[in-house]
Amino acid sequence: MNFRHAKTILLAAWGVSLLASLAASRINPYWLYVFYDIGIGIVMAVSLNLINGYTGQFSLGHAGFMAVGAYVSAVITNQCGDLSMFAANGIFALALLAGGLSAALAGLLVGIPTLRLRGDYLAIVTLGFGEIIRVLLQNMDKVGAARGLSVMHGWTNLFWTFGLAAVTVYVVAALVNSTYGRGFMAVHDDEVAAEAMGLNTTKYKVTAFVVGAFFAGIAGGLYAHSKQFITPGGFGFMQSITFVVMVILGGMGNTIGVILAAILLTLLPEGLRMLAGIEHLAGFSANRPLSWLGETRMIIYSLLLIVLMLARPQGLFSRKRNAPVK
Amino acid sequence: MPALLQLDKATIRFGGLTAVSELDLQIGRGELVALIGPNGAGKTTAFNLITGVYQPTSGAIFFDGQSIVGQKPYRITARGIARTFQNIRLFPSLSVFDNVRTVFHLHLRGDVRHALWRGQGYHAEEKSIAQRVLELLEIFQLGKFRDEPAKSLSYGDQRRLEIVRALAAEPRLLLLDEPAAGMNATEKVELTRLIRFIRDKFQIAILLVEHDMQLVMGIGERIVVLDYGVKIAEGSPEEVRANPKVIAAYLGD
Repeated sequence: MNFRHAKTILLAAWGVSLLASLAASRINPYWLYVFYDIGIGIVMAVSLNLINGYTGQFSLGHAGFMAVGAYVSAVITNQCGDLSMFAANGIFALALLAGGLSAALAGLLVGIPTLRLRGDYLAIVTLGFGEIIRVLLQNMDKVGAARGLSVMHGWTNLFWTFGLAAVTVYVVAALVNSTYGRGFMAVHDDEVAAEAMGLNTTKYKVTAFVVGAFFAGIAGGLYAHSKQFITPGGFGFMQSITFVVMVILGGMGNTIGVILAAILLTLLPEGLRMLAGIEHLAGFSANRPLSWLGETRMIIYSLLLIVLMLARPQGLFSRKRNAPVK
Repeated sequence: MPALLQLDKATIRFGGLTAVSELDLQIGRGELVALIGPNGAGKTTAFNLITGVYQPTSGAIFFDGQSIVGQKPYRITARGIARTFQNIRLFPSLSVFDNVRTVFHLHLRGDVRHALWRGQGYHAEEKSIAQRVLELLEIFQLGKFRDEPAKSLSYGDQRRLEIVRALAAEPRLLLLDEPAAGMNATEKVELTRLIRFIRDKFQIAILLVEHDMQLVMGIGERIVVLDYGVKIAEGSPEEVRANPKVIAAYLGD
């Protein structure tokens, strides 16, 4: 892949995000929040793809790292009163960074002891880790325990969401598209051979975990400051699964595919919700003829996943060549 | 000048089983040595001792005068010992090009930050790596497959690619673990030629583990024979072939 203009593309993405952010007041607030969810989904899925897709480790605890970032950044910004726009964005950036770094530290802590484990075993341990985070938060009275934590400032905007999504994509793509980064895929393909070829496989796996967790923490910060209310329950096992599904659906180790999957899977439930809300439809006498879609929304979502996986096991947006090797 | 590789009474026990017992082995620079023995003689175990997969229970292993006991496999590779595997272990989903390119991280001057910042230096380095990878692939007639995933190559090409990948580490000692396994007679002749060519072209020492006697007799300049973990003979192909102990080990008493 030609990656010569990567930095230019990154700058362009920032520019577009900034312009979009300035025009945000013209966008329907409902859609604005859907856009935030899409951006956050992209950050989560692309960062998880580094761990699960490229490096071939199976993490089920990505929402746990997100929780760390969300709570750390929220606790920091909650110390601030009303600030000017400039100061607010500065503090927000620092809070997001702090959230990301805390999550990265958590990633390091989980990464090191679990590196001997592979496949299913690693999945169980990361799952356990995610649950530990959730239960810890549930019992920390300072951050509202199970009642949840109100986040005072809704500082998330299009610039931060998509600007940081662009950074995530850049970092992951720049890593794996370098000679150094091909090592992640080598570890995925054959760990024994990778070690014999001089790759420090432990270091590669820890790096994947730390970088992945860092961006999950940032996504957590964006999430907290968009919803303005976070509960430990919001970062449970099911959340982690959602991101894993995005990675698998997009095609393991295919960044573009994973981005598209994150967009699709965020829009799908919203789309079904909108269909259910249609008041009248030609040929139907009943009021809200598609309202059943509302109740069965999640079933349809799940069915679609099953159909998609049967039809495109290599991932929705992957060419056959990139299919995971059995 | 010390030998390139030297094993002094290297021993490894698994519980009550002594897989390799007090093995003395010396390989000089540019030498082509074959390690042979019947099935289960401890050849591959000896290999794993040298590459750091196993640690010796007792004894010492020196590479270029320095002990490599206790070092991780990836560090030993970085020092100049590269290997292939008995049952080919390529990176199957990576392209032929990337299989070789991955190994070049050993020669990178920059680290992760280099890859993230992507400055002039980074691009220049990647370009020179690409050039060297292609040169290596061309030497072994694999250039035309550069963008194919490694798993799509034929068996013989995969074996060759594995050797190319090991050479990319720029080793001073190349270890080949049963390279002739699963090859037919024509392919074996081809392989013999290839091994000689590698030694002459790259000026490196090669240690070959093999139980195909014919192949070994054809290329080994010095042959070491293991049986039940013990070295029973060492010498030129003629000497080894005439040694009664070797005949007994291979044919039974």
